[in-house]
Amino acid sequence: MLNASIKAFLLYHKLSIKINMLNTFTLTEALSQLKLKKISLDELYTDIRTSVKKNEEYNIYLTMNEQMEQDANKLLQEKLMGVPIAVKDNFLTKGLRTTASSTLLEQFVPQFDATVIKNLKKAGGVILGKTNMDAWAHGSSTETSQFGRTLNPRNTDYLPGGSSGGSAAAVAADMCIAAIGSETAGSIRQPAAWCGTVGLKPTYGRVSRYGVVAMASSTDSPGPITKTVEDAALLLNCIAGHDVHDSTSSSQTSPDFTQAINKSVKGMKIGIAYMELTGFEEAKKLFETQVKVFEELGAEVEFVKAMDPQYAISTYTVIQRAEVSSNLGRYDGIRYGNDRSFFGAEAKRRIMLGTFTLSKGYSEQYYLEAQKVRSLFIQDFNRLFTQYDVLISLTSPGFAKKIGASEGSGMFGELEDKLIEASSIAGLPGINVPCYHDPNTNLYLGMNIIAPMWHEEKIITVADAFEKSTKWNSWRQV
Amino acid sequence: MRKLICGMEIHAELKTTSKLFCSCKNDPFHAPQPNIYTCPVCLGMPGGLPVINKKAVEWTIKLGLALHCKINLFSKFDRKHYFYPDLPKGYQISQYDLPFCYDGVLETEAGPVRIRRIHLEEDTAKLQHKVVDGEKVSLIDFNRSSVPLVEIVTDPDIHTPEHAKAYAKELRRMLRFLDIADCDMDQGGMRLEANVSMQDGVEVDLNHLPQYKVELKNINSFRFLEKAIQYEMKRQTEELDSGQIPIQETRGWNDAKGQTYSQRIKEDAEDYRYFPDPDLPPLQFTETHINTWKSELPELPKAVQTRWQEEFGVENRFSDLFVEERAVANWAEELFTVAKASKVDTNKLANAVVNRKVQWSTEMKPANVIADYQELTQVSAVDPKILTQVISQILAENPLVVEQYRTGKTQVIGFFIGQVSKNIGQKIDPQIVSALLMKQLS
Repeated sequence: MLNASIKAFLLYHKLSIKINMLNTFTLTEALSQLKLKKISLDELYTDIRTSVKKNEEYNIYLTMNEQMEQDANKLLQEKLMGVPIAVKDNFLTKGLRTTASSTLLEQFVPQFDATVIKNLKKAGGVILGKTNMDAWAHGSSTETSQFGRTLNPRNTDYLPGGSSGGSAAAVAADMCIAAIGSETAGSIRQPAAWCGTVGLKPTYGRVSRYGVVAMASSTDSPGPITKTVEDAALLLNCIAGHDVHDSTSSSQTSPDFTQAINKSVKGMKIGIAYMELTGFEEAKKLFETQVKVFEELGAEVEFVKAMDPQYAISTYTVIQRAEVSSNLGRYDGIRYGNDRSFFGAEAKRRIMLGTFTLSKGYSEQYYLEAQKVRSLFIQDFNRLFTQYDVLISLTSPGFAKKIGASEGSGMFGELEDKLIEASSIAGLPGINVPCYHDPNTNLYLGMNIIAPMWHEEKIITVADAFEKSTKWNSWRQV
Repeated sequence: MRKLICGMEIHAELKTTSKLFCSCKNDPFHAPQPNIYTCPVCLGMPGGLPVINKKAVEWTIKLGLALHCKINLFSKFDRKHYFYPDLPKGYQISQYDLPFCYDGVLETEAGPVRIRRIHLEEDTAKLQHKVVDGEKVSLIDFNRSSVPLVEIVTDPDIHTPEHAKAYAKELRRMLRFLDIADCDMDQGGMRLEANVSMQDGVEVDLNHLPQYKVELKNINSFRFLEKAIQYEMKRQTEELDSGQIPIQETRGWNDAKGQTYSQRIKEDAEDYRYFPDPDLPPLQFTETHINTWKSELPELPKAVQTRWQEEFGVENRFSDLFVEERAVANWAEELFTVAKASKVDTNKLANAVVNRKVQWSTEMKPANVIADYQELTQVSAVDPKILTQVISQILAENPLVVEQYRTGKTQVIGFFIGQVSKNIGQKIDPQIVSALLMKQLS
């Protein structure tokens, strides 16, 4: 049943697992193998279960869907054919506990599915389990999770990033076929970068927020975390689209994103941003060598000067803390079983800061001012996108950080996400593709590709071309 | 000499089919059970998101247009934060600096009142404090959570308790006439709040308002509103006379005691940490929207009365009752039209209907009501000479009852009217009979 390529793949990774590792399939592979009846769903699920069990130490899943096999077999005729998808624990799943990694919600079993979950199920996907994250999505490490941190499967001395760290780690560890994360500013792309996976943050409004535990409502964007760019396009097809339950979801119809795969980047104009910034020279050097790939593919590549991202950090911090302080007000101790003492230190810090910046006499200085700077970022991107099809940069200013790195650093996430926050507050789509692998640490660097709002196809085309022209995607090294 | 300075804030629940931000049924007062008209959105569950009810927006703006307001073409919803068990999200979705309507005026029989703003917000859930199994508990009913609520805020233009009452009544009439709110006062479908303070001087000076104000809240009848303001005027005047400035506080009305009582003392202005709700995109209207809504407004009560006066000769004192609600006005319109066509004196008919000399309801055919009225008026056309004779005869036959009347039991007049009617064998206008009776009795 197993073909030679998979065996070669396993050998390359020196993986100790013997045979039959169907969990290492990409989504595209799994679907084609199922279609050809070369594998069965039962075999797929057996291998998934084995890998989940074997890798328990990574602390990736907070809750498993115990009836996933039963759910799956009914779905073979559907688009996603019953393949198992890992979902970040801030998506409400009917009948399946949803905690947002906070003990405050440790007994919360939702009565309804988030629209993303509904869409996934409708497309024939099966929720495999709920993945660990930074509590309430506050952080970029998973270290604020009140159920313990997740380890980076590429190297367990390191963090997976966050807040969708569990989903990125689940993909990296082949503990799922694909995953769903959510990003407010970096929470899909940064853990994808640190775990060496693909992570796509769609345009704000492309994917419904209904049923997602709200963090910063004006930037929250659900999106796929996958093994390949093609997988990301395929999964985005299944979750994108207008939702009558979300007033901020766009009414425009979503295109078929897989059409952007295998397209040439010849003649495209690519701007390289943030190379003038200092403090991450090694990563910049490694990144710069990779940019040449685009020239070889016939694209025009230029360094550009974008608005200084340090202002994005403060803008984002003010807006996000304000919205957090409001969104968490509903956990007032009357409902959901546990009271406010169950908020962790990071949530409390954010609530306090947000409450302060919204207070009378301060909201003009902070919240309203931040909204003005936000407009400046949007204008700056508009300016750049009159000249360039996409902008690229490093996703994170370096490799994954070591375990414990976030502790005692209230601004850890913001600093790790400084290269992507501007695009988040502007609502732009962005994608992470692995762009370097350090054989000594087995860690990855990620490239962030952004485009104007509603132009996911552009970033998919560029990311796909890069992925297929380089050796950095661990699932393509066969 | 002290003058009343009073502005009002009135909340009214709109009677849209569904709630303001979800598709749950909007019918909190007739729900057979608590917590049946609920969903993740109006329960404030994680992941719930609001979607605006367009009808509620349209109605709020129509109310504003009816009250001669200006309309903010660019408007938005804001979150107003405070913690209370009846507010499941920890914030109420309301409108802060860009309400739908502003700068209007409502004419009342006691004078005009300027409207400062009208905004739309969501109602809270309802708390019930009960004893269950011997234990004191507070129960929450979310049927009312997120029901659309308009808040109409006036300028401090009210200077007598009667003016406050007239304003509130006129506003209710407008809401009902527009057919957008039931304004059920007992259930809380319309809630009155008056900000009351007293100002020194002979003339009212709105540029130098008193440095305190007392909020009269939770008043559920027009009469109580009038009485509470009267009481406050006296109480505050006494305090001011003794050299004290009344405390800034919220007071309620205890009708049994005929007094207001302190509910909550407000030391600082509250900080609701308003900010634009990121879940609801701002609303942009065009002049075309507004003009369309304006053209859809029904003819308003005052205009209807003026026209009735011109077309049918119906006096305002009789037509007041018919313009309380749209359905009644529509019925009256038909009644007057038919009457005019049948050459019936429309003003006299209106008088008879208002004073219930003929039976009527909006269920009845106007032609039937007119027929009854005609029968009545024919009877009253009985020759006064015959009537006088009959009356004399009946009075002579009932000397004891006549005696009762003379000792003060005036209600026996009803007995005589009945006897007269019986004797003649027809219905007679009781007013005419009683006039003749009293003439003979005195």
